[in-house]
Amino acid sequence: MAQHIFVCIAHKNGAAEDSAFELAVAAKAIDSGAGVTALVCGDGSELDSACQSVAGAYAEVWKIGNPALAYPNAEAIRCTLLNILPKGAIVLAAHDTLGMDLGPGLSIKLGSAFVPDVVGIEGLDGNDLKLIRQEFGGQVSTHIRCDLTDGAVINIRSGSFQAQDNPVSGTIVDKSKDAGDIQAKRRFMEVVAAEVGDVDITKSDVLVSVGRGIEDQENISIAQELADAIGAVVSCSRPIVDAKWLEKSRQVGTSGKTVKPKVYIALGISGSFQHMGGLKGNPFIVAINKNPKAPIFQAADIGIAQNLLEFVPELTDKIKEMK
Amino acid sequence: MEILVCVKRVPDTAENEIVVNSKGSDIERGDLVYSVNEWDNYAVEEAIQIRDNVGGTVTVVTVGDDESEEVLRREMAMGADKGILLSDDLFNGSDGKGIATILKAEIQKGKYDLIMTGALADDGAGQVGGMLAAMLDLPYASLVNKIKIVSDKMIRVGREIEGGNQEINEIDLPCVLSIQTGINEPRYVGIRGIRKVASVEIPVHKAGDLGLDGTVVGASAAKVKKVDYFVPSMGEGAEMLEGSTDEIVDKLIELLKAKGGIK
Repeated sequence: MAQHIFVCIAHKNGAAEDSAFELAVAAKAIDSGAGVTALVCGDGSELDSACQSVAGAYAEVWKIGNPALAYPNAEAIRCTLLNILPKGAIVLAAHDTLGMDLGPGLSIKLGSAFVPDVVGIEGLDGNDLKLIRQEFGGQVSTHIRCDLTDGAVINIRSGSFQAQDNPVSGTIVDKSKDAGDIQAKRRFMEVVAAEVGDVDITKSDVLVSVGRGIEDQENISIAQELADAIGAVVSCSRPIVDAKWLEKSRQVGTSGKTVKPKVYIALGISGSFQHMGGLKGNPFIVAINKNPKAPIFQAADIGIAQNLLEFVPELTDKIKEMK
Repeated sequence: MEILVCVKRVPDTAENEIVVNSKGSDIERGDLVYSVNEWDNYAVEEAIQIRDNVGGTVTVVTVGDDESEEVLRREMAMGADKGILLSDDLFNGSDGKGIATILKAEIQKGKYDLIMTGALADDGAGQVGGMLAAMLDLPYASLVNKIKIVSDKMIRVGREIEGGNQEINEIDLPCVLSIQTGINEPRYVGIRGIRKVASVEIPVHKAGDLGLDGTVVGASAAKVKKVDYFVPSMGEGAEMLEGSTDEIVDKLIELLKAKGGIK
């Protein structure tokens, strides 16, 4: 029997996130014959336009409107979905900050299985769904079997599936009356925008970016000197900000800034998907990392497997000599 | 405030190269250096700071084997008051839900106002906190990078959301929070600190003590199973520059010039 798959849609300012269109493809990768329903929670005119924005990708769109859903609060959304979803449902969501908030608890309340941060779908094998995940920052992958007997909640990593331009004219069904009485012990107050720093890394064509491999705060100067020599700006990956060696405004990644440089020089950056997620526009990537198996070498154009603390000063000196 | 922090012993990826074993059944664990999961360490630091401000106790708990005890001791050396090891052969092969089930059973033996986990682990999936909260019918916030204690009934938390923005929420106590790195600066733990807690007794609770059996924990109960490990195909990958440092430097400068990387 073909599966029926429900997809939680993340949306902002009345438009679905890119993940909504990737998840439509992921649902078909589970079962090409599956019926797929988009679940859109929200309120007012933003909800209406969010529903319209996915009706081209999903044959059926369930619109769930309620003032308590005006801001995406995972606890409120879960409360609603429990009133609406059938027993044994297969639910897909993006592995983003909303999906991570929603997925684990939803699976418990539905009595179903949960698989987070899926990067690949190999398909059904009897009652099992075969999936691919990664561990240790992408250094190794794992095959996962998920028993679908009682349904499942599956969070898919952004960018793992390519959205397809395969338009349908979906039907929007208003399910707001079934949403029930929404109670939440967590209440949204406000979003505080990220701090603006002394430099805007999104404006630079060339970035010299430092990661954990820089080892010490004092060594940041090695990156700064290279940046000065070539007219670039210094950015970084998350561990550098966590260690308070550079400001948050310099961080490239899904939890930092999205940048579109022409050239990106990654010094001692392993290349986690959270970091690479902030790097757009297909830049020319040079990776310098002493671990030849660092995942960054899969994404980079040019790789240099050397100790950056020795290599970079030599590079900088040579560039200065030329000038 | 009674605070429980769930921690985990993991291979330290900063210290190790992770390699799949010849059968593909696991990673090579023989030479790995283990430590406390980085995210969990931030959670423990946060718990200690809260306790120091408002009073109470910090308990650290882990599901693991005998070797996991060292992780509990390390966190006690940081300042946690108590450690509890949940260990039983029956727990082997548990999926995320199984681990959450074990922790829930321990939590229900006590009375905690605040339960924290790390938001992620390098060999995990960031799922246990959210599962625990749902099992206990407590409110939950993931990816927490700021905590403000408002009263003994309610706290205010910041969640790190996309683009480095911060989502502020009020959340009723008791609650479960998963902690993001960068929320604080975890204190250094020296050898002397570890020695001080070396002889503190850490109770071990087994499946029977927690009222658990193979229908709810372990491999037999797991609906999500890891089949094998493999190394993802490299695709085309980077062109690796080889040769002497001088040669590599010259080649790189040439490439950077061509791509507009040197102004």
